[in-house]
Amino acid sequence: MGSTVPGVDGMSTADFLLELRSEEIPARMQAGARADLEKLFRREMQAAGLAVGDVTVWSTPRRLTLIAKALPLATEAVHEETKGPRTSAPEQALEGFLRKTGLAKDQLTERDGVWFAVVEKPGRAAADVLAAAIPAIIRAFLWPKSQRWGAASHQPDSLRWVRPLSGIVALLGDDLIDCEIGGIRSGTVTLGHRFHHHGDITIGNAADYAMKLRAAHVIVDHAEREALVREGAQKAADDAGLVLVEDEGLVIENAGLTEWPVPLLGRFDEAFLEVPPEVIQLTARVNQKYFICRDAAGKLANAFVCTANIAANDGGAVIVAGNRKVLAARLSDARFFWEQDRKTPLSVHAEKLARITFHEKLGTLADKVERVAKLARWLVEEGIVMPDPRHSDASNLRHSREGGNPASDAAPDWTPAFAGVTKEELAEQAELAARLCKADLVTEMVGEFPELQGLMGGYYARAEGLPDAVADAIRDHYKPVGQGDDVPTAPVTVAVALADKLDTLAGFFAIDERPTGSKDPFALRRSALGVIQILLAAQVRCNLVPAFSNAIASVFRSVLERAVAGDQNFAIYIEKIWKVQPHPSLPATEFAARMEHFAAELGDFEIMLEPYSELALEFLRSAPVVMGKTPDLLLGFFADRLKVQQREAGVRHDLIDAVFALGGEDDLVRLLARVQALQAFVTTEDGVNLHAGYKRAANILKKEEYTPAEADYAREPAEAALIAALDAAEPRAEAAVAAEDFTAAMAALAILRAPIDTFFESVTVNDADPAKRAARLGLLDRFRAAVHKVADFSRIEG
Amino acid sequence: MLPIDLPQVDLNGPIGQSARAMAQPASTAPAAAPLSVQDMILTLHAYWSAKGCLILQPYDMRMGAGTFHPATTLRALGPQSWNAAYVQPSRRPTDGRYGENPNRLQHYYQYQVIMKPSPADFQALYLGSLFAIGIDPLLHDIRFVEDDWESPTLGAWGLGWEVWCDGMEVSQFTYFQQMGGFDCKPVSGELTYGLERLAMYIQGVDNVYDLKFNAAGVSYGEVFLENEKQMSKWNFEVADTDTLFEGFRRAEAECHKALEAKVPIAAYEQAIEASHLFNLLQARGVISVQERASYMGRVRDLARGSCEGYIERFRPEWEAQFPGWTA
Repeated sequence: MGSTVPGVDGMSTADFLLELRSEEIPARMQAGARADLEKLFRREMQAAGLAVGDVTVWSTPRRLTLIAKALPLATEAVHEETKGPRTSAPEQALEGFLRKTGLAKDQLTERDGVWFAVVEKPGRAAADVLAAAIPAIIRAFLWPKSQRWGAASHQPDSLRWVRPLSGIVALLGDDLIDCEIGGIRSGTVTLGHRFHHHGDITIGNAADYAMKLRAAHVIVDHAEREALVREGAQKAADDAGLVLVEDEGLVIENAGLTEWPVPLLGRFDEAFLEVPPEVIQLTARVNQKYFICRDAAGKLANAFVCTANIAANDGGAVIVAGNRKVLAARLSDARFFWEQDRKTPLSVHAEKLARITFHEKLGTLADKVERVAKLARWLVEEGIVMPDPRHSDASNLRHSREGGNPASDAAPDWTPAFAGVTKEELAEQAELAARLCKADLVTEMVGEFPELQGLMGGYYARAEGLPDAVADAIRDHYKPVGQGDDVPTAPVTVAVALADKLDTLAGFFAIDERPTGSKDPFALRRSALGVIQILLAAQVRCNLVPAFSNAIASVFRSVLERAVAGDQNFAIYIEKIWKVQPHPSLPATEFAARMEHFAAELGDFEIMLEPYSELALEFLRSAPVVMGKTPDLLLGFFADRLKVQQREAGVRHDLIDAVFALGGEDDLVRLLARVQALQAFVTTEDGVNLHAGYKRAANILKKEEYTPAEADYAREPAEAALIAALDAAEPRAEAAVAAEDFTAAMAALAILRAPIDTFFESVTVNDADPAKRAARLGLLDRFRAAVHKVADFSRIEG
Repeated sequence: MLPIDLPQVDLNGPIGQSARAMAQPASTAPAAAPLSVQDMILTLHAYWSAKGCLILQPYDMRMGAGTFHPATTLRALGPQSWNAAYVQPSRRPTDGRYGENPNRLQHYYQYQVIMKPSPADFQALYLGSLFAIGIDPLLHDIRFVEDDWESPTLGAWGLGWEVWCDGMEVSQFTYFQQMGGFDCKPVSGELTYGLERLAMYIQGVDNVYDLKFNAAGVSYGEVFLENEKQMSKWNFEVADTDTLFEGFRRAEAECHKALEAKVPIAAYEQAIEASHLFNLLQARGVISVQERASYMGRVRDLARGSCEGYIERFRPEWEAQFPGWTA
């Protein structure tokens, strides 16, 4: 055993090599497979008691390899001693011990009058452990998809692998680990590159494996191949005087498709550059796995980089020519779609949305678009989304603008074009953009590349001469689609993006499809987060409850109209009893009450519902009540999302709770401004002490029963001082809150800090005189109420 | 029997016998003259015949893919071995372009190979066939890119790849796992070559109608252009939809009748018929999105029923010949 060396503790060790060779493993599965291989190997070794140190795993399309350094050649011998009863103990005790250990009496050892069961387990040879472990690892492997193959698949329980498994190399030191699974016997022989090498390659041990394969045109280390692709592609672009558009996903995929990667640059016809660059990039990337390049000015260049799996005899000229032809055919298709789609205005495309179901209960995409258009208009008409930015407000609310929004620091992208836009013009544009925002879903291009939704709509809108603001809104209304994505701030886009998301949220909440645990099939968390990000980034002052109510009422009407489609009388009747007109000042409870009232009125006309389907009936009877409660549920959902979203920005969740708990606050911009001022305050000395005083007051009030009473005694100086401070602080705090100057509101609270401290130091609340006690409790109650004008301090932790 | 302008490749030689053999012929570069369409077919016939495949003829019915041929669909069922190769015209009414698109046809040829059970060197055999028709693997970049296959109308699926040659998909390579909803025991290996596409590549032609059909220079367009024009018109504009709907219902009824009479091969022919009529109805644009799934389900039921009937017909025989085998 040439490569066997003693380990640090003197125990002999050897390096172990395992190669599982198969037909081409999908590139996307290779990283997972490497991780699984290591995990399963460690698990098997641990179960057998074999200590594992460094493990390296590699993958190519045709092999998975594991190398474990310095694996002990045997497991350690185990000496186990179990103490039993005394020899003098009753017979039953001994019998019990024998049952437990499974030994006979003559197998026990006696020492100092006590029975011992002694078990000696000799060390197991690592070779034996591995021979058993390899088939177990292969069988336990969990591929995302696996298959059977070949003659063995006559049996339904034949071995499954991602693609046919064709060979196993297993060497411990220089010795073969002999094992077999599914008719494949381990050996020392592997194969090189499919085309560059023929004949068997005999592997001596782990140390010569990678080297021998390299000589056979196989680079087994995926990281090395990734580097070759990354740097090779870059160099190919550099040599052509271009800049590669980096794409790590493509690097990994191409490394997973090759054993000997050779990046090659090719050109395509410049005429194709008239197609939007995103389309070219997607075609090249998704269909062909090519990198694309930009010129020095940053414009898309007519060049691509493909990655061949051979060092071709002609240097790759034939390969490049072939790939160029394939790309040209793809780009011709894309150009055909681009030309074809533009022949039809978006408004005509949009008509086809009536054929696409958005959700069984929420109607078609055309229904949704109709709702979104109305809601977008409403947001403008109510002054929630305004034609021009409110710089003055924005500077006041500087703190909240830094609330973890990537876009908040960037200059808002409303253009001077908006300077003279009236509210009505903005409403028109928002409604128009909303009506067209989903139209691209039925175009050929988006049918081919769903990832381009929105973007293509924007291109088509501009091509047919719609205003830029409308085209931008169509393009960007899905945004933001995740943390780090751009957050729209242009007024038309904001109106459409908010309306689209609010409609989705209201719709799914209204039909009780709320996210639970890890399940969020309609991505409602992302929608809510999107709304939050937009409100904060664009500083949109929106009372969410009426916005929710409006969206829900819209969903309700749209579904209702669907249920009773074509019945004019019923529609008129609905109109009569329909009194839910959400208004910016309508609180959630009022909305719920109106919806209940609506349900009750419907109940009186049961007979009119007879002709409609079961679904419609059930819906009409129960939905108004359920929907009535939805705005509150949604607000709670938003509170949770806001806490998660703000965590990264370092905003304390308990402080968000402290403001939400006051109730009635559903304007997130204002809420966050207050939270930020609060966060600044509670860490000051005044804040900490005031919080302590608050807690003390709240504790006393919680314990004591009292009826507040006017004082008919001479107040002690500390009491008088607290009253004076409250007289001063209360109006100031109230005025500051009303003016949304929350820093001033905190300053008003700070006035109370010294008086409340002194009060507790020198005044006995629980005085023997019931009148004094009641008056003092009343004073504490007033103190608590004064603090609550700013935030519910009981929610503050610490 | 082979035409004289075939590449001088010893079909019984080492090519294709194992992966290792693949690089060997690199020094013996394929003949310079690219194959005509018919020589490509003849070469593939000779190649797969030498590898033990029966060379069958196209099935005499309209169908969307070579997989529908009973020599693949039905023969993929059951335990006995089966190796066959054939050309099958594929009818895709919705792909018709009145002969105006250089890449799309409503009628084209697929070259189909099925080997059951899938041989251990199936990949190498396939690569050998590419070499035989003139593709040098040290000049062209040949890649196996993940692409799993599923036929909702056949109730069938398998794992495999699309095979790329310099970035172009030239074949579909599949290990059947299920057919007609039944587990394949054993698994068949299936190859589908897009003949026109492959020929365009080999001949360096950008328009399918410019392909050389034979070595004497008869073009593909001379053979098929008028056919594409007329058939596109019929598929999209003329075909009487009432007749097609009626035909679908009749085929469905006839399939059920054949199944009751325990003649599953006849039943399967009706499933093929129904499937094609459904494709025609789609081309006529008279099947809505909602109905589409329902029609596909009906075709799948026919195909499944036929497969089930086929298995039942042979079950006693198979179980006797292959102890331990169960459907």
